[in-house]
Amino acid sequence: MSGKIKKITTPLTKEKLKGLMAGDTVYIRGSIYTGRDAAHQRLIETLKRGEELPIDLKDQIIYYVGPAPAKPGQIIGSAGPTTSYRMDDLTLPLLKLGLSGMIGKGSRGEQVIEGMKKYGAVYFAAIGGAGALIADSIKESQIVAYEDLGTEAIRKLKVEDFPVIVVIDSQGNNLYVSEREKYKR
Amino acid sequence: MREINVNKISEAVKEMCISSNYNLGNDVVRAFENSRETEESPVAKKIIDNLIKNSEIAREKRVPMCQDTGMAVVFLEIGQEVKLVGRDLKEAINEGVRQGYKEGFLRKSVVEDPLLRNNTGDNTPAIIYIDIVPGDKVKLTVAPKGFGSENMSRTKMLKPSDGISGVEAFVVETVSLAGPNPCPPIVVGVGVGGTLDKACQIAKMALLRPIGENNTIEYVKELEERLLKKINDLGIGPQGLGGRTTALAVNIEVFPTHIAGLPVAVNINCHASRHEERII
Repeated sequence: MSGKIKKITTPLTKEKLKGLMAGDTVYIRGSIYTGRDAAHQRLIETLKRGEELPIDLKDQIIYYVGPAPAKPGQIIGSAGPTTSYRMDDLTLPLLKLGLSGMIGKGSRGEQVIEGMKKYGAVYFAAIGGAGALIADSIKESQIVAYEDLGTEAIRKLKVEDFPVIVVIDSQGNNLYVSEREKYKR
Repeated sequence: MREINVNKISEAVKEMCISSNYNLGNDVVRAFENSRETEESPVAKKIIDNLIKNSEIAREKRVPMCQDTGMAVVFLEIGQEVKLVGRDLKEAINEGVRQGYKEGFLRKSVVEDPLLRNNTGDNTPAIIYIDIVPGDKVKLTVAPKGFGSENMSRTKMLKPSDGISGVEAFVVETVSLAGPNPCPPIVVGVGVGGTLDKACQIAKMALLRPIGENNTIEYVKELEERLLKKINDLGIGPQGLGGRTTALAVNIEVFPTHIAGLPVAVNINCHASRHEERII
């Protein structure tokens, strides 16, 4: 893995994501949305009914996370990534709407990778299990949709130097495949 | 008969839910430090450093190390000379979980019905295993189980003729398929024998054994060591980003089984490998 260290500010326009390659360490600044299983199901059901989504996804990043509750004085509780493949079947319609980044952990299905290439998007991994550490880079958190879902509600987070690695870039290069091969015996 | 008020059990469950989510086990920390020495990938080393740093933040700030604070799995070994008084034992355990997850600011991750999926709001019910053993004490184990790793677990009914090599192949295949998903470095719990359900249960119990402690049966110990090497040769590495450290331990438990069967269950745990025990 011979990636570069890069800093990006959201929104993640199609122009900006062209410069992000699998292996790059990226520090994100700006606004990102949270969303995991239940929120994705609602977003897709909303689209199926022909209704408008509660958030505009164009050039946005969704972070697959269900944070722990904040202690008094905290902005957010521990907030590491959840496993991404569970969102695979619910991702293509969001890519079509212009979603340009996803943050999670673990493999993605072929149809998602093809969609990322077609519509232009990158998949970042945050360190799974490092929820206490990651929470430090989240500076604001506000529920913007589906409050009744509790930890699964959609939040708008303001982040600073939020650390991620580009695992699958918009050309389909996949770090999980290439790096594993390197260390296989 | 020794009397124990179940409120004592409730209190202990509460404290252990919180403590096991805030404090990474010493065996895991030691395993991390060892793997830092053997790891060849610079990226993997950096990830391990970050996981150590994460555990230090969690311990100091008294926050959960991971936002998935798990479904509470509670094991009770109740001495047959103990009389439990006060109220319903299972309700007392669930009350401990309820209070622990509330007071510890832990995430409530349990849905009441698996298909209707409404959150119970207090992380109950716990998964409770009760065993009656000789003596006049109660041994309590609390193991909050995250589902990133639980989802990657598998079970299979092998044929007796599949033997040790069949078990070995199934365990390696399971870890290989899991790839980056269960937050490696992982702990692999394996149950061999019994019935379908028994194999799964002893696989879960295998996860309670400290990292670095092998099974006392010689051939099982050898199988654990062989499997750990094979798994770490897969190259998956920390977070699936390549490296030598895919698993920190392979713990296997065996149990008598039927002449026609060879059940095997693989229960994967993430590096957090949370569990605490207490004797009352």
